[in-house]
Amino acid sequence: MSEMRSELALELRDVSKVFKKKRNEYAHALKHVSFEMGRGECIGILGPNGSGKSTLVRVISTLTTQDTGSVHIFGHDAVKHPRTVQRFMNRVSVEASFFKKMSSRENLIFGAKLYGVPDGESRPRIKEILDGVGFDYKRVNEPMEHLSRGMQQKIALARALLTSPVLMLLDEPTTGLDPRSKKDVQSLIRRIRADHESSILLCTHDMDEAEQLCDRIGILLNGELVALDTVDGLKQHYQKDRVLPTLEEVFMSATGSTLEEAEFADELEKEPVAQGV
Amino acid sequence: MQIASAPRSRSNWQREAIAIWGYVQRNYFLTRRYFLWEVVWLVYSVMNALTIGFIGVGVAGTPEEVAIFTTYLLIGTLIWSYLSMIFDLLSETVSWERWEGTIEYTFMSPASRAAQLLGMGVYAVVYGIVRMIIMLGVISLFFDMDFGNANYLGALGLLAICSVSLVGFGMVAAVMPLLSPEKGQQVTSIVTAVLLLVSGIYYSVDVLPGWLQPLAIISPVTYALDGIRDMLLLGDSFASQWGNVWPLLIMGLIFPPLGLYLFHKGEMFAKRTGRLKRSG
Repeated sequence: MSEMRSELALELRDVSKVFKKKRNEYAHALKHVSFEMGRGECIGILGPNGSGKSTLVRVISTLTTQDTGSVHIFGHDAVKHPRTVQRFMNRVSVEASFFKKMSSRENLIFGAKLYGVPDGESRPRIKEILDGVGFDYKRVNEPMEHLSRGMQQKIALARALLTSPVLMLLDEPTTGLDPRSKKDVQSLIRRIRADHESSILLCTHDMDEAEQLCDRIGILLNGELVALDTVDGLKQHYQKDRVLPTLEEVFMSATGSTLEEAEFADELEKEPVAQGV
Repeated sequence: MQIASAPRSRSNWQREAIAIWGYVQRNYFLTRRYFLWEVVWLVYSVMNALTIGFIGVGVAGTPEEVAIFTTYLLIGTLIWSYLSMIFDLLSETVSWERWEGTIEYTFMSPASRAAQLLGMGVYAVVYGIVRMIIMLGVISLFFDMDFGNANYLGALGLLAICSVSLVGFGMVAAVMPLLSPEKGQQVTSIVTAVLLLVSGIYYSVDVLPGWLQPLAIISPVTYALDGIRDMLLLGDSFASQWGNVWPLLIMGLIFPPLGLYLFHKGEMFAKRTGRLKRSG
């Protein structure tokens, strides 16, 4: 493992990203985003679809380079030293990024090798980790496409664990899961935090999930980080008449709309013709 | 309960070697999982080769002339099947990842692009050789090929040198789907088609119109086929084929580093413009 130069797992300074959509049409995916995440901390980023959550994760995971600002992971610049920072982290996203015809074992063996873990080491650990995440080991040779979404997300978490990341990027890991699988994945994230001392950035639009799992919560709207604090801190900041609001009410106060309204507004923006705008 | 223990730490070159083997093994897994499709493609390639062989058999001439012409055509078919396989596999490196939805996971891993492209190259060569041997076995049941004077070792040597240039050539083409997710792969298919036209696979490049012949000069396949045919049909020595060897050596030295350089530039462009994602 490369040297960790900082106690900060993640440090974003004034990060902005603009994408060109069409001629003379630009989308501001991130606007001057700055925050720090300590080692072992879990920060949740709440925001509707299209708020910039995935771009934020892509920028941190070196898949997109920011236009301005800097991203440091354990003190290493993510643009100047991508290979170094890539070794520190792993990611679980909303889509199952697997070779669908390959089995979970084959996908895990391949995923481990990309991080320099050979067969001899990964094979016994696959059993150990799959037992840990509650995956039925008898199904380890079945093609991924035969597994449920919940099972696939457990495999995605297992794949990340196989490389022992000190920074985990979880991009809506429970979206689209049935309530039982959602609960399983959430309790797994809790255990990962407890056992691995991993720092976790969790992007979600599930308020309860963020409240239960995260030390601090940020609200991202139209690419702008409009708030970032502990759950209590946010509630105190947005309280009215000495009554502590719910996280949903905090979101409304910070953004001027509910999460559902913000998502609907984003859909309208994406489909102006269909919506008659 | 601890969910997992930490992996051992390793040097950079060890991690890269493990990643190269990872790509080779992954492609083997995929070939096994898509086995029926592999059979379909192999049967198609064999039928195609047989069809071309029978064109040779049907040509008027003495039995010796017919045997030589048929062998000439079949060498072209087999070598093209092998070399185009290498080019196609390499040029589809990015498209594969996009089709499967794994591009983001692969590109955010610490394995270098050199490891990825080398892994794809090694697998393409092994896969191409196995396929070519099977095709040769089936074809030899149908045709009386004239290999009486063949210099097999020399031909294999030239094929090995050409494989390196083709891997590099494929690396150059692999950048296209990074630059244009929607149209990039189509461009590489056009490159394959042009290589087929200008490289003298079923005829001598001399029959091409003058304006097309310069393209044959920059195709590594042209030199490989010319030299391999001379060594298999006429029994020429490797040394006598220096005119075909040196252009391949130069291409083998230029194309792989050029491919890696262009791929790196393409990746930077894709990261800047947000093209490095699963959907185009």
